[in-house]
Amino acid sequence: MATMVQAVRMALHYGETYLGVTDIFGEDVGPPLGGVFTATQGLKTAWNSPLDERGIVGMAMGIAYAGGRPVAEIQFCDYGFNTIDLLKVAGNQHWAGNGHYNLPMVLMTPSGSGIRGSLYHSHSFESWASRLAGWKVVMPSTPLDAYGLMLSAIVDPNPVMVLLPKALLRVRGEQKLPGEPEDEEELKARIDAPVGDRSNWQPRWPDLKPYYVPIGEATLCRAGDAATVCSYGRTLPLCVQAADQIREETGQGCDVLDLRSIFPYDWKTLSQSVQKTGRLLVVNEDTEVTNFGEHLLRRVIDEHFYDLLVKPRLLMGRHVPGIGLNQVYEQNTVPQLPLIKETLRALIAEPA
Amino acid sequence: MSATTDHSPDNGWTALATLEIASGEKTLPASRCLQIYRLMARARALEECMIKMSKSGQGYFWIGGPGEEAFNTCLGLLVKKGCGPAYDYLHLHYRNSATLIAMGMPLLDGIRQMAMRVTDPHSRGRNFAGHYACHPWNVIPVTSVIEVQYVMAPGTALMQKRHEGGNGITIVVGGDAGTAEGDFASCMIWSSRPGNELPVLMIVTNNGYGISTCASSQHAEHAMIERGKPFGIPGEVVDGNDPIQSWHALLRGMDYCRQKRRPYMIEAHVSRLHGHSSSSGALRIKTEPDCLTLFGAQLVAAGVLDERECEEIQNRAAAEAAAALEKALSEPNPTVEDIRRHVYAPSTVDVVYPDDYTGLPS
Repeated sequence: MATMVQAVRMALHYGETYLGVTDIFGEDVGPPLGGVFTATQGLKTAWNSPLDERGIVGMAMGIAYAGGRPVAEIQFCDYGFNTIDLLKVAGNQHWAGNGHYNLPMVLMTPSGSGIRGSLYHSHSFESWASRLAGWKVVMPSTPLDAYGLMLSAIVDPNPVMVLLPKALLRVRGEQKLPGEPEDEEELKARIDAPVGDRSNWQPRWPDLKPYYVPIGEATLCRAGDAATVCSYGRTLPLCVQAADQIREETGQGCDVLDLRSIFPYDWKTLSQSVQKTGRLLVVNEDTEVTNFGEHLLRRVIDEHFYDLLVKPRLLMGRHVPGIGLNQVYEQNTVPQLPLIKETLRALIAEPA
Repeated sequence: MSATTDHSPDNGWTALATLEIASGEKTLPASRCLQIYRLMARARALEECMIKMSKSGQGYFWIGGPGEEAFNTCLGLLVKKGCGPAYDYLHLHYRNSATLIAMGMPLLDGIRQMAMRVTDPHSRGRNFAGHYACHPWNVIPVTSVIEVQYVMAPGTALMQKRHEGGNGITIVVGGDAGTAEGDFASCMIWSSRPGNELPVLMIVTNNGYGISTCASSQHAEHAMIERGKPFGIPGEVVDGNDPIQSWHALLRGMDYCRQKRRPYMIEAHVSRLHGHSSSSGALRIKTEPDCLTLFGAQLVAAGVLDERECEEIQNRAAAEAAAALEKALSEPNPTVEDIRRHVYAPSTVDVVYPDDYTGLPS
């Protein structure tokens, strides 16, 4: 099975071959490196940019204004904070200009912790991004969803931010991409650039097929009546593990929702699940003051106050200036499996 | 300034057709000068009307370009106007009303924006005055955020450079104070990447101020265009109050970008006749040269117009603005439903907002 980073690469190949992507660019995105996570190796429209995040966002906007379809990369979301006003402008162009201009641009950036990235390679961005009206923001947690969400991001005529969970980029999926070879070694031989001299290397792309994950549609990873767990990105597989272990231990199953789209989020699915279970745990790793999960909780309390059997829970990152390099810091700054499991168990056990 | 061809009143239109008006070594036909003067007068009338609206309550905040009409009118007349990469892209700032008027925008549309009417074609009554957006003319939405247009300009220029057989260029305009932002440097870097140079005409209208702060207290560089030299970006400084000099500077810059497909820089020294904006009172600054008065006097001296005709042109422009104001004020305000309109373009892959934003996901 493909890893998430291979899935992103194949989606971009599909995009530039069949969906009109004109430019895939950013710092170290073109040859020889093909991206610091290798997401852009072998792509015919990939090129290297100056180390200038504002320039990258502005260039993408300009290309999109003039009829191109750019996919720009901010190498780590941690370095995107100086682009925040440009992101705001990009999000308002259709509205501020009375519908004159569409801005079909994709901005992809690795987000979150899990690679021992210290202060400036561990930030999360979805809470910031969720405040950028006019944008759509997606975050896959599996390679297949990364493929499908990237294709949707490319064909959507609005600015779409694809947040890629750093910790999951090299994790293999459980489902094959349409057109992906059976053998993962064959896939690697076809599309992974060799280490060392790559000057004569060319990818041999598999015959990929389109697969679109609709923007705004969550997926139900596990089903059960005991509680609803809502997450995305790095913490999603941890929530699945926690729910599986509790089911094994107690026989009690939970709905585990992978939100996939931060905005627009799938309120219908979340709402129906909360009405069914009456118990809610939201998990993400962004910092805890004005966290996107707080918005979800606010809506659940506003609209399902009388459906809730116990108080809803929200696990987030601590409100500290960064994630320290020593693993004592990282393991205790953002939610990990033991805390998720403990919190979920308490949620299920609390008397109604 | 002088007339290079004899023009006596009894020659009438024949003489006007052959008359050349000079500034230094450069000339423009008298008929072109008249066209520029009339457009400048209309642009000034628009600005003065909007300033009054800001004071009367018919509009709120005003910001604009009285004092920049000479340069901006020439820019608007010289633009290769159209839609798509075969034509020029305009990344303007909020002092470019004269450019849009010269391109053909009716005064009414500028006043509709100031009056915040739903009929405002640029922003549906959402944005400040002078914040234009016009897709059919490649005018990218103007923002209040200083200098961001300079990082977008290389993107449109990239698409133009690729456009087969095209000679469209990207024109980006900002003020002198904005050059302190990193986005100005970004534009130079991205437009001059070796082997990937881009046809970007970078224009700095230098009025000597950043809001209330004098440029000389913040900028040590002798001229803004000197910053282009390390990047191999040629440039020139021009008296932006002189339409003839401005016309030829713009022609040189545009020709360079069109032919060589590389960046060029123009720094135009202009006046700021009503201060930064209504926030500083928008009172008339009488110590700065007025390009409209100066050009009018030049045309009178050359025999193209007499003083009465100058006054008539300005009166007609003021009457046009007044009629436009009356019309704009008779038009409807946006409705509550307009708040959400045009947040998103229709999408085939969005299950929540397939057509447009409809409020929080439901």
